Amino acid sequence: MTTATIAAAPKPISHFRYVVSENPVTAFAFALFGLFVLLVIFGPAIAPYDPLYTDNAVAMHPPMKGHWFGTDSVGRDILSRVIVATRLDFGIALAAVALSFAIGCALGCCAGYFGGWTDRIVSRISDTIMAFPLFVLAMGIVAALGNTVGNIVLATAIINLPFYIRVARAEVNVRRNAGFVEAARLSGNTDTRILLRHLFPNILPPTMVQVSLNMGWAILNAAGLSFIGLGVRPPQAEWGIMVAEGAQYIVSGEWWVALFPGAVLMLAVFCFNLLGDGLRDLIDPRRRT
Amino acid sequence: MNQIIDIAAHPLSIGERVALLKVRDLTLEFQTRSGVVHALEDVSFELYKGETLGLVGESGSGKSVLSYAILRILDAAGRITAGSIEFGGMDLLRARESDMQELRGRELAMIFQNPRVALNPIRAVGKQIEDVLKHHAPLRDQDLKSRAIALLQQVRIADPERRYHAYPFEMSGGQCQRVMIAIALACSPALLIADEPTTGLDVTTQAAIMDLVQDLGRARQMATLLITHDLGLAAQYCDRIVVMHAGHVVESAPKREILRMPRHPYTAKLIGSIPHGAGTLRELTAIPGNLPDLRRGNLPPCRYRDRCDRSLDLCDTRPLARLDDGNHMVACWNPQ
Amino acid sequence: MNAHAQPLLAVDHLVKKYAVSAQSALPWPKKAAPSSFLHAVDDVSLAIAHGESVGLVGESGCGKSTLARLIARLIDPTSGAVVFCGQDIGATPAMAFARDPLRGSVQVVFQDPTDSLNPRYSAADTIGEPLLLLGNMGDAAARAERIAELADWVGLARELLTRFPHQLSGGQKARVGIARAIALSPKLLILDEPTAALDVSVQALILNLLADLRDKLGMSYLFVSHDLHVVRLLCHRVIVMYLGKVIESGPTDAIFRAPKHPYTEALIAAIPDIDKARGAPGLPGEPQSPIDPPPTQCRFASRCSRVHDRCRTEYPTLRSVGVAHEAACHLAEEASG
Repeated sequence: MTTATIAAAPKPISHFRYVVSENPVTAFAFALFGLFVLLVIFGPAIAPYDPLYTDNAVAMHPPMKGHWFGTDSVGRDILSRVIVATRLDFGIALAAVALSFAIGCALGCCAGYFGGWTDRIVSRISDTIMAFPLFVLAMGIVAALGNTVGNIVLATAIINLPFYIRVARAEVNVRRNAGFVEAARLSGNTDTRILLRHLFPNILPPTMVQVSLNMGWAILNAAGLSFIGLGVRPPQAEWGIMVAEGAQYIVSGEWWVALFPGAVLMLAVFCFNLLGDGLRDLIDPRRRT
Repeated sequence: MNQIIDIAAHPLSIGERVALLKVRDLTLEFQTRSGVVHALEDVSFELYKGETLGLVGESGSGKSVLSYAILRILDAAGRITAGSIEFGGMDLLRARESDMQELRGRELAMIFQNPRVALNPIRAVGKQIEDVLKHHAPLRDQDLKSRAIALLQQVRIADPERRYHAYPFEMSGGQCQRVMIAIALACSPALLIADEPTTGLDVTTQAAIMDLVQDLGRARQMATLLITHDLGLAAQYCDRIVVMHAGHVVESAPKREILRMPRHPYTAKLIGSIPHGAGTLRELTAIPGNLPDLRRGNLPPCRYRDRCDRSLDLCDTRPLARLDDGNHMVACWNPQ
Repeated sequence: MNAHAQPLLAVDHLVKKYAVSAQSALPWPKKAAPSSFLHAVDDVSLAIAHGESVGLVGESGCGKSTLARLIARLIDPTSGAVVFCGQDIGATPAMAFARDPLRGSVQVVFQDPTDSLNPRYSAADTIGEPLLLLGNMGDAAARAERIAELADWVGLARELLTRFPHQLSGGQKARVGIARAIALSPKLLILDEPTAALDVSVQALILNLLADLRDKLGMSYLFVSHDLHVVRLLCHRVIVMYLGKVIESGPTDAIFRAPKHPYTEALIAAIPDIDKARGAPGLPGEPQSPIDPPPTQCRFASRCSRVHDRCRTEYPTLRSVGVAHEAACHLAEEASG
C-alpha cells in the first residue's frame, strides 16, 4: 500500500527509542552494552580493590561481604579483576574487529565490484584462511610472531577477514548493477567514488550485524588464546587467564574463581550477539519510518 | 460445500444469472505501528457465474487486499470488522480454516502478478501443477503426470512433455504465467481471481494471456475477478467494471456504460488518463492531489472529496452516497 | 526544427554481442574462442536531430535497453560508432567516460525511480551530485540554489529536498530522477520507460512535465518504451526493434496509421482497446533465440502470419517504404515498390 502523504524524517533519538521499545530483547542488549561501556571507561576507578594487590590472608575465600566475587589463590579480589579486565578484553576485540573490518571490507568490496582477477585473488586468500581451523591458525600466528597482546589482535583480525570479505563481496555484487549505481556513473562518479560513497554506505546494515557478532566472537577468541597461555600474561587481569587459573580449582570445590570471569565473558558475548539486530535497525534508513 | 459444487456444476441457460460471490459492506483494517489503516470500507459487489468482473483502481485502492480477504489469506495484522463474503451461499468469513483449504485451489483459485516470483523456483513446473492435483484429487502417479501435461497443453505451452520438467527460471515471464494459470485451473474452480496477471509482461504476451484466460473461463463457465490498474485492459476483457478508490467502491456498471458515461468524477479522470484515447498530451488528465492517508481517524465520508472538483458541502456531512439503479451504481452526491 | 546540419547523435552499425559459451573455472588454459554469441544489438544505425524526440519501442529481449545503455555509454559496444556532437564517444571506454566533458550532455531517466536513487542520499544530494562532479559547482551555496531551481522546474516541493527516497512517493521520486538528469542541461536525454512504474494518474503529470522540459531546454529525447501510445503522444519519430535489429522506423503518425512490418502491426493491435470485444490474436509462440540467429532469415519468420519462402532464405534489409519511413520486410517492399 502506498501512503502518499509521508511524514518528515523522525529524529534519530525518537527512532532509537522506537527500536528499543519495539523489541525488549534489544533494549536489554543495549542496556547491557551500556553497562559494559561504563566498565570500560570507569573500570579501574570503580574497582573496589587494586586488581594486582595480593593478600594471602584472604586467599581462596568464597564470595562474601567485601569480596563479592570471592578471592583467588593469591588473595586478589576477583570482582576488581573482572571489572578491570573488561577494558583489556574489549580493547583487544575492538582493535581486532576494526582492523578486520577495514581490511576485509576493502578487499571484499573490490572483489565484488571489479570481479575478474581481483575477485579470484581475494577469494583464494579468503578460502585459504578459512581452510584452517581458525583457532589453531590464530595460535600459530601468535606463536610465530611472538607472544604479545599486539599479536593477539593481529591474529584475531586475520582469522576474521574471510567473514568480512564474504559479506562485503556478496552485498556489493548484489548492488553492483542497481539503478543508482548506473545513475552514479552518469553523474560523473569514478569507480572509487562509487565504491566509497554509493556502495559502501549501503552495505553497512548487513555488515553491522556482522561487526557485532564478531565483537563477541573476538572477545571469546582473545580469552581463548589467553586461556591456553598465549598473549596476555599473568598477573594482568583478563577474563581468559582468570578462567584458566580457576579451572584447576573447580574439582576441589572453589567454583568462584572460574565462574565469575566465565559468566561475565559469556554475558559480554551474549550482549554483542543480541546487539547485532538492534544496530541494523538503527542504521538502515529503510526502517526509519 | 456441496452447495458450491452444485452451483459450479450448474450449466447456465441463456440469460440466466446466478450470483456466485456476494460481498456486502465489507470493512477491513490493518493494525500497524503507526496507526490503524482503514483499508476497506463498506465494499459491496456481486460476481455472477460465467462473468468477468474488473476491479480497477490505483495502488493503495485496496483491490488486492480485497482479494486476500476473499481467500482468507490476509496478513495477520488485518482484521475484518464488518460485512460479509458469501461464496455459493457459503459464508466465507465464518468458515473453518479446514473448509477454506478445501475451497482454495478447488473452487476458488488465484493467479498473481510477477509469475516468476510466484512459482517455486526450485521445483519443476510439472511437479507444481501436480501438487495442486494431489491435494484435491487422489490420482495415481501416471495419471497425475498426464493430467499435468494436458493442462500445460491447454494453456498453450509449446512442447508440454519437455516443459513439464522445466524450472521457472528457464521459462519466460509469459510462460510462467501460463503455468500459474494451469495450476489455478487444474481443478476447474468456479471462481478465478486474477491479481494484475499481466503487469510486467510484454504487450503481445499480455494479449495472449488474457485471451487464454478468457477462453478457458468461457469453456468452463468460470467467473473471473480481474484486478488491475489498467482500465484499458479491464475495458477489453471484462463484462462489468467496479472502480475503487482509497478503500471505497466508487462506481460499478457494465463495461460499455462505465466507459461511455462515467458518472463518478474519479472514473472520468481515470478514463481520461489513458494514453490511448488522447489525441495530444494536453488531453491526458491527471488526477490532482494524493490518496488520503488511510491512518487518519477523521477521514471524510467520501475519500475522494479532497481531490474532487465537483465536491459539494454535503460531501462533508452526509455519509457516502450510494445511487444505484440496479445496473449502474455510483457513490457520489454530485455525479456527472 | 533544427538549425544544425549534422545530427546530434549518429549511431553507425552498432553491435553488441555477449559470449555465451560455458565458462571454465580457471582463466587458463584458454578455450578456443567461444563460438556462441548472444546478439543483443545487431548492426543498428540511427540518427537523432537536435530537438527531436525519437521513440524506441519493442518488447523484452529486443535490445532496446541495451541500445539505450550503449548510447548512454554505460556499456561498451562490440563494434560500431556512437557519434555525439561530432565525436565518437563510443571509442571512450564506459568506465572512463564518467569524467569525459561530454558526460553531462547525455543523461538518462531510469524506469524504476526507487531502484535508481541511492537510499542513503537525500533528494538534494542526488540532484546535486552531477553538479558537483561534472558541473564544477564546488560552492555549496551555488549548488543549493541550482538544486532549488531544478526542483521548481520539475514540480518538486522544496521542502521535500531533504527527504530520503523511502519517504517520497513514486511520482516524487520520478521527479527527483528527472531533476538529476537535467541538472547539467543535457542535449540528449534518454528515457527508459520513465512512467512504467508509476500510477496512471501520475503518468499524465510526468509526461506533460517531460514535454514541457523538452521545449524549455531544447533537448532531444530517446524515449524507450513498450507502451506505444505514450510514445505516440511524445515522439516525432518511432524506431521499432525486434531481436536486436531495427525492423521499422518512421514518423510517428505513419507508423501508427500504416505500419508496414507485421510485427509493428501486431504490437499496435495488441494494446487493449476499449472498443474491441476481443483483441487481435496475440502473437503465437515465443521469439526465437537471440543466440547466433541465422543471418539469412528474417528473425520474425517463425511467428509471422504472412511468412513466405523468401523470408526464410533472405534476410530482409531495411528499405524505404514511404517518406523517411523504412521497414525490414520483404512484403513491405513488394507492397510499395
